[in-house]
Amino acid sequence: MQRAIGIGLLVLLGTAARAAPDDLDELLHLLGERHHGHVDFVEQHFLALLTRPVESSGELIYDAPDRLEKRTLEPRPESLMLEGDVLSIRRGRHRHVLDLKAYPQILPIIESIRATLTGDRDALERTFRVEYAGNLDRWTLLLVPRESRIAAAVTQVRIDGSREHLRDVEIRERDGDRSLMTLRDHSGP
Amino acid sequence: MNARRTGVIAVWLTCLALAALIVGRARYITDLSAFLPESPTPMQRLLVDQLREGPASRVILIALEHGDATIRARISVAMAHRLRLDREFSGIENGEPVTAERDREFLFRHRYLLSEAVTAQRFSAAGLRGAIEETIAGLASPEGLMLKALVPRDPTGEMLQIIDQMSQVAQPRIRDGVWVSADGRRTLLIAQTAAAGSDTDAQELALDAIRRAFTAANRETAAAAAAAAPEPRRVQMNLSGPAVFAVAARATIQHAAVRLSIASSVLVAALLLVVYRSPRVLILGLLPVATGAMAGIAAVALGFGAVHGVTLGFGITLIGESVDYSIYFFTQSAACTSNGAAQRPWQRQRWPIVRLGMLASVCGFASLLPSGFPGLAQLGAYSIAGLLAAAAVTRFVLPELTPGGIEIRDITPWGLRLEGLIYPVRGMSAAALWSAAIATAGMAALVLYHQRDALWDRELSSLSPIPLSDQRYDALLRSDLGQATALDLVVVSGPSLESVLRGAERAARALEPLIDEKVIGGFDNPASYLPSLAAQEARRESLPERSVLRENLAKATAGLALRSGQLTPFLDDVESARRSALITPQDLRGTSLAAGFGALILHQRDRWNALLPLHAPVAAAPAAAAPDIDHARVRQALAGAGSIGAQLIDLKVESDALYMGYLHEAIRLSLAGLAAIVALLWVALRSPARATRVMAPLVLAVLCVAAVLSLCGRQLTILHLVGMLLIVAVGSNYALFFDATRHERGHDAALTLASLSIANLCTVTGFGLLSLSRVPVLEDLGMTVAPGALLALVFAAALTPRRTTVAGGPAQNRA
Repeated sequence: MQRAIGIGLLVLLGTAARAAPDDLDELLHLLGERHHGHVDFVEQHFLALLTRPVESSGELIYDAPDRLEKRTLEPRPESLMLEGDVLSIRRGRHRHVLDLKAYPQILPIIESIRATLTGDRDALERTFRVEYAGNLDRWTLLLVPRESRIAAAVTQVRIDGSREHLRDVEIRERDGDRSLMTLRDHSGP
Repeated sequence: MNARRTGVIAVWLTCLALAALIVGRARYITDLSAFLPESPTPMQRLLVDQLREGPASRVILIALEHGDATIRARISVAMAHRLRLDREFSGIENGEPVTAERDREFLFRHRYLLSEAVTAQRFSAAGLRGAIEETIAGLASPEGLMLKALVPRDPTGEMLQIIDQMSQVAQPRIRDGVWVSADGRRTLLIAQTAAAGSDTDAQELALDAIRRAFTAANRETAAAAAAAAPEPRRVQMNLSGPAVFAVAARATIQHAAVRLSIASSVLVAALLLVVYRSPRVLILGLLPVATGAMAGIAAVALGFGAVHGVTLGFGITLIGESVDYSIYFFTQSAACTSNGAAQRPWQRQRWPIVRLGMLASVCGFASLLPSGFPGLAQLGAYSIAGLLAAAAVTRFVLPELTPGGIEIRDITPWGLRLEGLIYPVRGMSAAALWSAAIATAGMAALVLYHQRDALWDRELSSLSPIPLSDQRYDALLRSDLGQATALDLVVVSGPSLESVLRGAERAARALEPLIDEKVIGGFDNPASYLPSLAAQEARRESLPERSVLRENLAKATAGLALRSGQLTPFLDDVESARRSALITPQDLRGTSLAAGFGALILHQRDRWNALLPLHAPVAAAPAAAAPDIDHARVRQALAGAGSIGAQLIDLKVESDALYMGYLHEAIRLSLAGLAAIVALLWVALRSPARATRVMAPLVLAVLCVAAVLSLCGRQLTILHLVGMLLIVAVGSNYALFFDATRHERGHDAALTLASLSIANLCTVTGFGLLSLSRVPVLEDLGMTVAPGALLALVFAAALTPRRTTVAGGPAQNRA
């Protein structure tokens, strides 16, 4: 009986801990206020194929309303630029332009970050089922792709942050591989 | 007399029947080739053939505009689906990844033959290690991630290498899964027809198929469109490209030729009916014109083998002049007879003048015969034969058909009224008139000198029967599609496909450093779709045996995050690649690569050409225009690659230079024609002074027309030049008549003036109609000759000295 009450309490506590939708609006509003962002990232990819993770690092630059650039500096310079639905990849002297929608493997990886930075709840909820947890000072967004085509590649994206800052982005793929991106305020020029 | 009449008429009818037979059996060409020059050098022939037959000539650009973007995307998909089933088309591209799966499969299967990175070194322990390290690093990026599943089979990343090789070309934007313009306002498709671009009938069928597909797709999406917006704006389809132009030009030319010929015939006939007041005379009067037209077409068919449709459009030029002969005959013979001359008075008094005028015209047109443009040469032949026939019919047949003379309205009163109009001018002293003429000529010359840099249109496209607005729209769609406008290209020529592919590979190696040096932005290369057999063989040779590869791989992966144990599929694939057959053009079938390859390879008779279109270097700032390619650097790089038969051609410069060559040729020929006319007049009139008097009004008229056209911002083309030649040809008749009848007075002078004015009115009417044509070549001609002929008459009337003014002015005659 006590145990049951304990579980009940836990459930209650859990419900209480889960923030109301209003808080998600507040967070997205806060994020939407920012028109420009520039952070450094370190990303680790854990792949079943490899005996140890691949690490890469670089910068993320965001400009409202919908421009996001992921500039990888290590181990191999590469630029990934998302504008609207058009993704341009620049590596050495090669440049590829892709329609984001045609690449379900890439879409959630980059759209999750952009839609969050934009603070556009409609855009976010169009692609993902969104779960919000925590409070403004320490929040977590759990994004699950709605479209089966996308869900076939990526099962979920988890973004942790504090107020208008994104801290960690974890992406889990269907095949068990995952990547973890840690963001820090931009240092240097 | 009766026997003579029968004989003359029989000869005429026999000739007419023969001509009709030839005309009926003649072959007619209605494509654009009348104004594509016959080319003397192989490089120019390549250029012309490419314009006419090349793969680029088979491309139809389709743009969907207006309406809702998502509806446009659905129409694009539905149209493409329908057209892909149609045998008229060898390819339909709209950005959908239809062939992507097949392409990927093809590229992956043949990756060890296609990848430029495949060398023996790459499969050594050190080479493998470098390549695998690169692949592992690539897994950190989303793009590498997409190829993750391929790593066990392709650890050296040949697939990515091939994708990089092929994607030198900028692709259009994609929205809702299909191509759109950069501003998103147009949805775009490219259709490639199975038939050659010069097959205008097949192109027309293809265009119809596209229109049907659009209508059907529009219907299918109508419900969705209505749901998307309560009052959806209709989606519109616009087509562009060489096939569209060819079909439209054919229709326009046929239209113009037929409609304008009919319109000017009707107008001239109405005019003559008013003058003659006799349908019988009208019909008799049109006989020389009809015979001339028939003879002209027959001469062209005999001389050239085929008749260009546009030549028929020029037929109006013939109506303009040959109708004059019968006008002179009818309006003047009555007067000649009443003057009391003996038998056949007109033939004695006036025919020599008409004959000289006709010969002057023939001299002018003869100068067109050697022209490099088939259209102009045919115009020359057509006019010469037509004028000779029309004049002969007027001189020999008309008198036999009207043995009892003819009854027409007396046109002398009109002449008197006209005399009254020009009386004030006639009253002026010769010195004053000539001073005015010289001053006018000087001013016109000054204008032309001032405009000398902008005087001539230097572009081949100015002769194109395609309206400028359509040419601009085409350029717009091409830039939307990021299709290389292919203005700069490296051409590698050789006797076989293999030889030009090898040449293309060597040229590519020479051009690659220029990308890093930002001289060029990139280039397309047929050898990246299908390498030469030599290159493929070398790559296949460089693949090691399984046991060697396994050993190298073990060494290479020591200490790496990728275990060699996972790479058995790689060993299998390399082993099967070592035994695989080399790729041939047939293997490309069913992939989108076939179209890409086909577009870059030209096969003409026993020559093969590989085309490597160059892309301009990327602009420094996004908004700035792309900088031009430094041709000297490219030529230098190609020269460094040795003699591979590679040449850089700038299509625009090349084709415009070609056109300038023909313009200069036309100027030379026209001047020669002018000189011939002057020489003819000099000899015939036996007096330099009289020849000068005859020529002066004509030169003045030409100068004035050229100056006014130039002041109106018109740049002169070859056709304007031909028009000026026609002014001299037609105007020489007027000047000769005024000169020969300068001693006439009163009634006779009035009659001459009246008959010349009627002839002039017919000419101005015919060419005036031509200037309304939508075919630029016809328009240019019309707007030059119509005002020029009028001015020639006025100047000739004013400048011919008269001795009649003292004896009795027109004022008295009018009383």
